Amino acid sequence: MTATVSVTVNGTKYDESDVEPRLLLSDFLRETLGLTGTHVGCEHGVCGACTVLVNGDSVRSCLMLAVQANGAEITTVEGLGTPDVLNELQAQFREHHGLQCGFCTPGMLITGEDLLRKYPLATDDEIREGLSGNLCRCTGYQNIVAAIRSAAAMRAEKTS
Amino acid sequence: MKPAKFDYIAPTTVDAAIEALSTANGEGKVLAGGQSLLPLLNFRMARPAVLVDLNGIKELSFIKLRGDRIAIGALTRHREIEQSPLIASKLPVMAAAMRHVAHLAIRNRGTIGGSVSHADPAAELPMLSLFYDATLSVQGPSGRRSVAAEDFFVDALTNCLEPDEIVVELEFPVLQHSGWAFEEVARRFGDFALASVAVSVRRKSSTIDDARVAVMGVADTPLRLRQVEGKLTSIAIDGQTPDRFAELVTSCVSANGDLHASAEYRQHLLGQLAKRAMQASLAAKG
Repeated sequence: MTATVSVTVNGTKYDESDVEPRLLLSDFLRETLGLTGTHVGCEHGVCGACTVLVNGDSVRSCLMLAVQANGAEITTVEGLGTPDVLNELQAQFREHHGLQCGFCTPGMLITGEDLLRKYPLATDDEIREGLSGNLCRCTGYQNIVAAIRSAAAMRAEKTS
Repeated sequence: MKPAKFDYIAPTTVDAAIEALSTANGEGKVLAGGQSLLPLLNFRMARPAVLVDLNGIKELSFIKLRGDRIAIGALTRHREIEQSPLIASKLPVMAAAMRHVAHLAIRNRGTIGGSVSHADPAAELPMLSLFYDATLSVQGPSGRRSVAAEDFFVDALTNCLEPDEIVVELEFPVLQHSGWAFEEVARRFGDFALASVAVSVRRKSSTIDDARVAVMGVADTPLRLRQVEGKLTSIAIDGQTPDRFAELVTSCVSANGDLHASAEYRQHLLGQLAKRAMQASLAAKG
């Protein structure tokens, strides 16, 4: 039993046939489409490294089947910015040294994008609460929080 | 591939979903938000022959006022409940609890029907369905039946459903109360509760006229403490009420321990959270 999965990822349309229903969205992105920016850590929804945007909402791609994404618009870390032109949040991560090994970073960035869109993030407590589903083993989180705080402040300035 | 092989069926009506489950003959599993089921599939702790995906059944996603009750469709996502002005005004304890329901990425996918059916003893929505005395509409091959939340949770991760039944809707009676609180402690924000207390009271001058109390994280199912509710209506409100309430709660619950926290610590937490919850409930102007 296989299915065809049609998705738009970072603006590019993909039609993949012969997709087994048990294939996870995370593995579909990485192995079928070759988009290895999305990292796979725990593979059971605890670490947050594989977080991507599906129709604008952050989801853990290891907790979704590829067939369930049929017809969806997906944004992965590759869709945020380029090495030459980082997007605003990525620039703040660089500015504040919000990463060391970089493994958790794709998930942190996608989660950050969704948090910035949905919550005021007026306090560090709120930022930490929002990031609590994403594990980082290097930074101690301080600089990730600083990067998101800075991005939230820039957004507030823009909208005021 | 992480999950074992299964046949995937994505019906667009509840009837078709029930039929698929009946045909699967006990080897089928229902997929809603997938935030608890997918980990089980990835670990191959669950190996269903057939996976019935409910996400295409649009009629199961709604929040509406029905008389003095709020009806919520089983496929309604946690994030929709978190954002709903209707929930905020009519079911304030649920609204307060939603930020504790896992993390944003999980709230974006997870559903109320899935959470309740999964019946985790430390999950907010099972506890709240008990707290609000919700009625669950359950559909199977012979039609719909109603199940009281109090009868739904049988044991840890065990509900009273037959293999070919699905929760389609939950109805929550609105409480006409003056004060309420939801308190929870987890190891990491958004994780399953080590202990949690939900309280709602209706004040009448210096006494409590009506009370509602539920706890979770301390037993194999969430617990509604009817005994404590009854006793609250016979004590006067004064500075000692939060402490007396904490004593009442801890005297009628004996917390379980596990690798995350000892029984003693959970019992202690329960008392502290109960005290805080009553302080906040009584501080509200009725």
